[in-house]
Amino acid sequence: MGLLAVNNLQCIRGERTLFERLTFNVSSGQLLYVQGDNGSGKTTLLRTLCGLSQAHEGNISWNNQNIQTLAEDYAGQVLYIGHLAGIKEDLTAVENLQFSASLAGNNISRAQALGALAQVNIARCADLPTRVLSQGQKRRVALARLWLQNNPLWILDEPFTALDAAAITTLTQHIESYVTSGGIVVLTSHQEPTFDSKLMQRLQLN
Amino acid sequence: MAETNHHIGALYVLYRVFMRDIRVAWRRRSDITSVFFFFIIAASLFPLGLGADPKLLHAIAPSVLWVCALLSCMLSLPRMFAADYTDGTLEQLIMSNQPTLLIVLMKTLAHWVLSGLPLVLVAPLIGLQFDLSVNELKVLALSLLIGTPTLSLIGSIGAALTLGVRGGGVLIALLILPLYIPTLVFGAGAVNAVSTGMSASGGLTLLGAMLALSLVFAPLAASISLKIAVE
Repeated sequence: MGLLAVNNLQCIRGERTLFERLTFNVSSGQLLYVQGDNGSGKTTLLRTLCGLSQAHEGNISWNNQNIQTLAEDYAGQVLYIGHLAGIKEDLTAVENLQFSASLAGNNISRAQALGALAQVNIARCADLPTRVLSQGQKRRVALARLWLQNNPLWILDEPFTALDAAAITTLTQHIESYVTSGGIVVLTSHQEPTFDSKLMQRLQLN
Repeated sequence: MAETNHHIGALYVLYRVFMRDIRVAWRRRSDITSVFFFFIIAASLFPLGLGADPKLLHAIAPSVLWVCALLSCMLSLPRMFAADYTDGTLEQLIMSNQPTLLIVLMKTLAHWVLSGLPLVLVAPLIGLQFDLSVNELKVLALSLLIGTPTLSLIGSIGAALTLGVRGGGVLIALLILPLYIPTLVFGAGAVNAVSTGMSASGGLTLLGAMLALSLVFAPLAASISLKIAVE
């Protein structure tokens, strides 16, 4: 169970106020779809929710405790996939997944990692250094973490970028089943995602 | 899926961070070996350039070897966090369930094992070119063993501060070399003391004190700068 509560959030980049007086709650079994034009502050909002960026004003709490106070106890609950794939080019896909999982305190076997890679349809690249993979394939390796780690909160920045239609469908279904089973997801996307409207809340940033 | 995952303890997470850096470095061995050979070549140039004057070589040996160790440590510093920063794994490290401070400590330890420890091992061999006695060679190795971790620790602050800055490599040198001066003074001083028949314990003790001090403050300072860098 979890509750992410944002109260009166304001973020400023340079001289520009990206957003202010932003208040919302997302709890278990809910998905928040953050919409907005380029430069409207979607990524900044997501990074602030992760605790990577500091808000100018307002506070964010996880289960009624401020995320700054929780520090790594909160960070360990979040699975963040941002613009950067977050994979080491010199390591293989399996090694990358095992390392990412261990940072969240999970120990996964090679078989589990291979299973996750099969879900995103790149099991045949499992033992290649990720340096030789294409952009889309690297993206899939990063997304395979979603099949491995049991963090209660997922924060996904443009997860559908560089994926083909089949992969988008697989990922959409996986995110839906995670939310249905009690997970929390906050995501951005430029193409309208096809989630069940009962699960999805929208947040429009201007 | 989730239920079959085994949870692992904090120490094991940190061990994994350390091993990942070692493994990545092993896959790009040329990076480590180039720093290692830089030390050997730079230190070997002095006997060649100065000619065969054992007395002069013997007198400059401690400072030459220590300066070369400083510079080769310097060379490998920009790589400490830069790759993690550009590929996004630094964000993951910061968002792990362990304090960033300990993650930084592990990365610094890996940096020392890869760039400092080889120098400790090879320095006595290089010292032979300078006509150092067995006793002096022992103190040289010991002073490097205590001193090079301090170099990695202080260096981690510079590496973290210059992340994402253009021309960061030069900036690290300007930031960090002044901070290396005490280590250089006491490290070379310990070997010089033995040469003049005094005890090396004064210099070595001070090196140890600096190691203890930087062990406490450097990871803290570096982890704060890393968090600012990714913001």
